[in-house]
Amino acid sequence: MNLNYTAEEESFRAEVRAFLQAELPDDIRSKVRLGRRMRKDDLMRWQKILYRRGWGAGMWPKRYGGAEWSVVEQHIFDEEGAAAGAPPQIPFALRMVAPVLMTFGNAAQQSYFLPRIISGEDWWCQGYSEPGSGSDLASLRTSAVREGNHYLVNGQKTWNTLGQYADWIFCLVRTSSDSRPQQGISFLLIDMKSTGVSVRPIITIEGEHEINDIFFENVQVPVANLVGEENKGWTYAKFLLSHERTNNAGIGNCKRGLKRLKEIASKQTVNGRPLIDDPRFRDRIAEVELELMALEITNLRVLSAVATESRAPGPEVSLLKIKGSEIIQRLTELQMHALGHDALPLLREALEMDWLAPAMLAEHYGAYAPPLTGQYFNQRKTTIYAGSTEIQKNIISKLILGL
Amino acid sequence: MDFRYSEEQLALQDTLRRFIAKDYDFERRRALARSDLGFSADAWAQYAALGLLALPFPEQFGGLGGNGVDTLVVMEQFGQGLLLEPYLSTVVVCGGLIRDAASDAVKKTVLPAIAEGKLRIALAAYEAAGRYELAHVACSADRDGDGWRLTGGKSVVLDAPSADYFLVSARSSGKLTDTDGISLFLVKRDAPGLELLAYPTQSGGRAADLKLERVGVEADALIGPPGQALAIIERAVDLGMAALCAEALGIVTALNEATLSYLKSRKQFGTAIGSFQVLQHRMADMFIAAEQTRSMTIIAAIQDAVGDTAARRRAISGAKAYVGQAARFVGQQAVQLHGAMGVVDEVIVAHYFKRLTQIDMTFGDADFHFARFSDAAAMRNG
Repeated sequence: MNLNYTAEEESFRAEVRAFLQAELPDDIRSKVRLGRRMRKDDLMRWQKILYRRGWGAGMWPKRYGGAEWSVVEQHIFDEEGAAAGAPPQIPFALRMVAPVLMTFGNAAQQSYFLPRIISGEDWWCQGYSEPGSGSDLASLRTSAVREGNHYLVNGQKTWNTLGQYADWIFCLVRTSSDSRPQQGISFLLIDMKSTGVSVRPIITIEGEHEINDIFFENVQVPVANLVGEENKGWTYAKFLLSHERTNNAGIGNCKRGLKRLKEIASKQTVNGRPLIDDPRFRDRIAEVELELMALEITNLRVLSAVATESRAPGPEVSLLKIKGSEIIQRLTELQMHALGHDALPLLREALEMDWLAPAMLAEHYGAYAPPLTGQYFNQRKTTIYAGSTEIQKNIISKLILGL
Repeated sequence: MDFRYSEEQLALQDTLRRFIAKDYDFERRRALARSDLGFSADAWAQYAALGLLALPFPEQFGGLGGNGVDTLVVMEQFGQGLLLEPYLSTVVVCGGLIRDAASDAVKKTVLPAIAEGKLRIALAAYEAAGRYELAHVACSADRDGDGWRLTGGKSVVLDAPSADYFLVSARSSGKLTDTDGISLFLVKRDAPGLELLAYPTQSGGRAADLKLERVGVEADALIGPPGQALAIIERAVDLGMAALCAEALGIVTALNEATLSYLKSRKQFGTAIGSFQVLQHRMADMFIAAEQTRSMTIIAAIQDAVGDTAARRRAISGAKAYVGQAARFVGQQAVQLHGAMGVVDEVIVAHYFKRLTQIDMTFGDADFHFARFSDAAAMRNG
């Protein structure tokens, strides 16, 4: 056993750090650090910069333009990126639909879509959940009926993340109701500009527009946009979920959150002394720091095993998702609590980068304060989405423990 | 021992329930939270007509002579309905403070005006660098002839934008965090030199930061003895915390009702999700938390009659800490069990959860009050 980084890995880290220092735009860095509102342009701009460097898709195979990073290299990149204030790469295209296309798509789909994904040309979103189908995804009812060279799609998807920006949506649709629900599902790629597609914003708890309902009314989708075989979509969806969850630990993001928490607790005061000197609050930080220390190694252990054995990630990624989501929730909660009364003002205008605190507030209301309470509210989603904590525990107890 | 509400209390509860069902549904509440005032002036007038605004005041000053349990009954419904009106600030905290500490002359003018719905007051006692410490007072009070001049700042003054007066704590002697040397003044909102920066709060209410620049007040603006106001502020805030526990209780009860109903109606995998044992046990834990919250809230509600200050403070801090933790659990789990429906603005669950979060951070959060409750000296004597 050896937990040290090799000389090559250390030099890779130096390379990543130098790149981030030179290429990460200051405005994007500030938005990430201060938790201000991020726009489509910010995220796509950063993807294009990564692409130019050859790092548009670190873990992709080289034949698709990826960097073919090892698990450790990806970890180093995430860690350095989070420390520098780089925005996360949006996972729907890079980590979700792309692996499915590489594994199950045809050559035409691969050569058309993958280059557009890695270069930051197309924004993808996910069409999975429906009003009646959340944890029980296989019960989905959005239908696709084949008529000649196209499918006619009707139905509703919900809890769709950032679909208001999307060029494409990958959807699970029902193509057959003949047998078990899982066996009649297909994986379809739909152009968001198609006639009959409409997007309705859903405002989330903190007041932002991050998710949507998406309606399909007699939408014509070319048969060429079917991935793999008809009625085999459930297999592809399960494959996709296991890939999605390999990044659910979000170690880099958690590390940034922990660092931020300590900064805030050092600036906030109790009786003239920094809050971080308060033993009770310090213990709260220490508790979550220990969880994160353990998870960082657990994450590397799980991903290394997957890489060493050259297999698809298995049910063990569920534990990364459970712990990672709990840690980020706790970090945002403590950040909010660190503010004391200053957590209570709701200053939505302060989420814009050009916001300047009015003089009366500026004396005490740190530039870090405005988004923190909203982030705590918003992060409640992380134990719900992409397989709730309860579903992940079912996976562990059934597939790992055999209960 | 008898834990039942009196006939009058049951009638009061019923009146408020009917008012919420008729005039204060969730959509109405959402519209009010977005309005300029941030609450309903009509509702405020109705509370006056119903006697709610007179409830805790002595009869000789136009009140109904109610006690802490009466306030519990009202505030529990404020929680259930997520009512936005500044009852806590004006009636419970500031009205209670005037009742307990002001001169008869002040009571005679202020309390009937509150009771009639004509006067609102907000407590300006916390400062930015002081976190939850009421003794942290940098705002200064200097003698000026017979009166005083106040200079300094107050932060996150709840319900300030709609207040006609503020109760402002200011230091007339001593050092920054001394318990002695704090005086309290009734300051008119439009007093020259007083500036407000107003904003909405996370749970739909309104608040403001205050800046005072040599604000002049007359001698009769002083409430309580000069330099000895901390104890009366602490008492008022303690009674405010008891009321907040009751509001949290109302919300916890409502969230449990909503969650239980969701577990019974939401179907996945061909069955109601309430048939899954892990969710049954979670719901059972939430039920237990609500019962424990009710007991702690009762303990807090009867402290207005307790003469021993140290005992009162320890009990109230204990209740605020316990209810803060229990409400955090219920709030987070109600959201979790509602799935994505729990994190959207158009469903009431998210609003209940946000209000619980704000209640915890009002007048000191669970950790702050847990520390006070577990303080060694208080524990030995408690």
